Amino acid sequence: MKFSESWLREWVNPEISTQQLVDQITMAGLEVDAVEPVAGQFTGVVVGEIIAAEQHPDADKLRVCTVAGDGDETKQVVCGAPNARVGIKIPFATVGAVLPPGDDGKAFKIKKAKLRGVESFGMLCAQTELQAGEDDSGLWELPLDAPVGSDLNDYLKLNDQCIEVDLTPNRSDCLCVKGIAREVGVLNRLDVAVPEIPAVQPTIDDTFSVSLEAGDACSRYLGRIVKNVDVSKPSPLWLQEKLRRGGVRSIDAIVDVTNYVLMELGQPMHAFDFDKLNGQIVVRMAENKEKLTLLNDQEVELNDDVMVIADQSGALAMAGIMGGEPSSVTSTTKDIFLEAAFFNPLAIANRARRFGLHTDSSHRFERGVDFDLAKQAMERATQLIIDITGGEPGPVVVAENEHLPKLAEVTLRKRRIESGLGFTLADDEVLEILTRLGLTQLSSDDDSWTFQVPSYRFDIQIEEDLLEEVARIYGYNNLPVTSMTIPAQFKRQTETQLPLSRVRSTLVARGYQEAICYSFVDEKSQSVIDPDIKPVPLQNPISADLSVMRTSLWAGLLGALKHNLNRQQTRAQLFETGLKFVSEDGSLEKLVQTPVIAGVIYGAKNTESWHGKSANFDFYDLKGDVEAMLALAGAESLEESQKIEFRPGKHSALHPGQTAEVLRGGKVIGILGSLHPQAQKALDFDRSVFVFELDQAALTEARVPEFESLSKHPEVRRDLAVVVDQSVTGADLERVVRSSAGEWLTELKIFDVYVGEGIDTQRKSVALGLTFQHPSSNLTDEQINASVDAVVKHLEVELNATLR
Amino acid sequence: MDNLAALTEEALGLVKNAQDLPALDHVRVEYLGKKGQITALLKGLGKLSAEERPAAGAKINEAKQQVQEQINVKKDALEQEAINAKLAEETLDVTLPGRDAELGGLHPVTRTLERIERIFAAVGYNVEQGPEIEDNYHNFDALNIPAHHPARAMHDTFYIDSNHVLRTHTSPVQVRTMESQEPPIYIICPGRVYRCDSDQTHTPMFHQVEGLAIDKSISFADLKGTIVQFLQAFFERDLEVRFRPSFFPFTEPSAEFDIQWESSKTGWLEVGGCGMVHPNVLRASGVDPEKYTGFAFGLGVERLAMLRYGVNDLRLFFENDVKFLKQFR
Repeated sequence: MKFSESWLREWVNPEISTQQLVDQITMAGLEVDAVEPVAGQFTGVVVGEIIAAEQHPDADKLRVCTVAGDGDETKQVVCGAPNARVGIKIPFATVGAVLPPGDDGKAFKIKKAKLRGVESFGMLCAQTELQAGEDDSGLWELPLDAPVGSDLNDYLKLNDQCIEVDLTPNRSDCLCVKGIAREVGVLNRLDVAVPEIPAVQPTIDDTFSVSLEAGDACSRYLGRIVKNVDVSKPSPLWLQEKLRRGGVRSIDAIVDVTNYVLMELGQPMHAFDFDKLNGQIVVRMAENKEKLTLLNDQEVELNDDVMVIADQSGALAMAGIMGGEPSSVTSTTKDIFLEAAFFNPLAIANRARRFGLHTDSSHRFERGVDFDLAKQAMERATQLIIDITGGEPGPVVVAENEHLPKLAEVTLRKRRIESGLGFTLADDEVLEILTRLGLTQLSSDDDSWTFQVPSYRFDIQIEEDLLEEVARIYGYNNLPVTSMTIPAQFKRQTETQLPLSRVRSTLVARGYQEAICYSFVDEKSQSVIDPDIKPVPLQNPISADLSVMRTSLWAGLLGALKHNLNRQQTRAQLFETGLKFVSEDGSLEKLVQTPVIAGVIYGAKNTESWHGKSANFDFYDLKGDVEAMLALAGAESLEESQKIEFRPGKHSALHPGQTAEVLRGGKVIGILGSLHPQAQKALDFDRSVFVFELDQAALTEARVPEFESLSKHPEVRRDLAVVVDQSVTGADLERVVRSSAGEWLTELKIFDVYVGEGIDTQRKSVALGLTFQHPSSNLTDEQINASVDAVVKHLEVELNATLR
Repeated sequence: MDNLAALTEEALGLVKNAQDLPALDHVRVEYLGKKGQITALLKGLGKLSAEERPAAGAKINEAKQQVQEQINVKKDALEQEAINAKLAEETLDVTLPGRDAELGGLHPVTRTLERIERIFAAVGYNVEQGPEIEDNYHNFDALNIPAHHPARAMHDTFYIDSNHVLRTHTSPVQVRTMESQEPPIYIICPGRVYRCDSDQTHTPMFHQVEGLAIDKSISFADLKGTIVQFLQAFFERDLEVRFRPSFFPFTEPSAEFDIQWESSKTGWLEVGGCGMVHPNVLRASGVDPEKYTGFAFGLGVERLAMLRYGVNDLRLFFENDVKFLKQFR
């Protein structure tokens, strides 16, 4: 909502500066977005009149004008404007005038000049040159009664500001000068000078019947014929200027007047060319596939939840949104039919947007227009039209039905002011605020008041709305600030739940940098990673590369890695926590949103240093990071049903020989590995990329530590080197050793794996370190030897191992 | 016996000139050892008379002692020298960088979220989370935003299907909490939210922390106090906060709050929205508005991080450039 300060001050004029006024409006909840002067800064520009205009002897497009206005004598001015002609009044920048700065920021000074050999004493201006409008088609033609020689700033009252207010959707009552003035009046406890709008007496009897056939979508429609209007008469300057300062272009007097009434009172109106109407006006829902060409030449195909204003031939206008082109007022229009109606916001909401439209009218009707305003607006518009264009008004035809809204009644309990706002306010102050806002006190008792809400305040429906009104006008910042007391509640400190922050800090300590990627990703890179999972698409993605919900955090992380490699980084360790969105069959019913933690490592293990060249990351670096996180949850001492295991895994984006699944209690909780060479190539990485992803829930499920007494007896270590087939895994060896070594085995380490010279090419040598300890006695050699013998025997039998 | 003085002189000279511990030991053996030259003089005492013997013996022992003392002094000196030489040899350039010092870091948004969570947790708020693909009911309807409401259109919603959206705020978590817990409720809901908007000052995903307090007799003054104290705790100074009336369908009265900020054109910067929970929202989640009242507020996490750390471009948060991220470790 944009309007000029001077217009507002015609309605209510508090003795405060522009800045104070603007602050006051903002702090009342009508946020002022911008305050701009209505025209550029200039001096030395007067109202001039072209007394004579001759062709320039040496230039086709220039005219040599004789202009009055600068002192007593006329001046010669060379001008290139196409409309420079005798008799018109125009802004005349005299020698010495300073015009508003252009794009270069420098003020433009008018000097005596010679144009193609002819002297020129000043310049005749277009609107744009004074930054007072957008019309640059020629000279700005001022009204013919403009006093020649008067300062243009004074004449046009250009010492004025355009104020733009960004209104919240509940305050449609302030989408007009009248509404803003009402607020300013309440804030300053001033009465508002509401203009008198007397009914226009009809001079003809012609009427046109109106039929309401859209139920509660339209409960009031007013129409009036005005005959013999002269649309060639332009709008007066005051009207054009009010519109311009409100950001609306002047079109013709009829359209200008309807726009003016919209801006002044808040009632959207429409004018039809009466000669194009057939039979009667019918307000109805459109028929499916009914067609209409709108004022902006757009042809729309309607359906039955869009309301139209129709006549017997068909739809004329989209009700409350935009008029139709065929029935619009044109330069040949003689008789018009004016419309002022109340449309139910529910019947208008979202309709305009569906057709890519957004008009001043739809903006207001969607939010709610005063349902009692149509009559007043009709009289206001009629009077202005006949004042400007002449014409003969007919009587107003009113069509109404039983769906017309009722005025709301709301009760305010006095105690709610203190309990809701935390302070007390004298009764008469409360009443002053609410009545100035237009509420009518219907009744009261010791504890409460009941008010009737005015027809323009759709937003006031319950007691809390009244609390807000009182607080708003009293000033939010004048309300007290209290330090509240929250009851002390001792919550169970769940030790079985590891805070995610500990997992994060473990990775940070191991060199990982946390990233945050968008949850929607490029469908292509998503399909490289999870070709078998159908991702959930967005209906209205912001762009193609952010169009599907991620089924893994890898797509985002690999993108982040790429971003950094493209910026001269050579190594990276990144991780992210967040949801992944996976549905078994792509349907939302089966969608699971799982919190996971994922990471990627690439390049050298260490940053470059004088300590020597660092090796590159490999699978076991990644696995070490994963194991470190699992260790936080107590991986090593989890009971059997929760045991953590790694086993070779499969994933379409991962290297088949370098992929491990992580299991907890037999359930897969994550996967890690190096990117499959094909995926690596598809995603354009030069060398191996290692990635992991783990379920947060499984990772953060910890255990309460349980003490085991320490043995006072010495540990005994025995090392074994066994040769086994290459296919035998570390996990196999561990399983067999642990199950056969007896209960005194306290630790088992694989401390060497060797393949090469001296070993059968199909086999490998693995060195095992077994540590034994008895809780209450010294172990004897016999006891240990028995254990080791059992281990060796089982390794031989179960894994075809031989001692080396 | 006659040459005791000369021998002593000679031994002391050798001690003095000994270059290392073996040389010194050699002197000791040569003069004081069992077969040493000075020791040998003791053997010659037998030739002396009984009267002369004690005095001569004492003299020899004196000389032995004198040499031994000098050997000890020299030995200490040589040992010290050896240690010094070893230390000198082992001296490192301690200014060279250490090994494997690479430390990662948290994302500034996480860093900010953790600070916010700590501030609220310290006074008794719980942290609650929820899904990001939400149904219309929890994202809109239960929050008093019916389908036709202009506010719903204002949300720039990403749609999944006709009944599901990417949550446009973390308010649905408040609804879910009210559905499952009895008041008093003091929670904050941090997390990702989505709006279909992307330009210099908007990213299609960002983070919010919303707070909700439901209890008996909570007033707007309590809300103001909570916001002011939080902001002062977060920025670690007594900054000015102002409240402007605003509109959110889920609160009444509603406000936006600004902090005083020097570099802002108007001197104020908006940092969030808040209000008293609308009775319709309480009722929809099974809370009796005649019995309980409450407030809710929402904070933009990236906004707060930008102000706190002076970041001047919102989009940097999601580019994940390590040169940016590392500044917040």
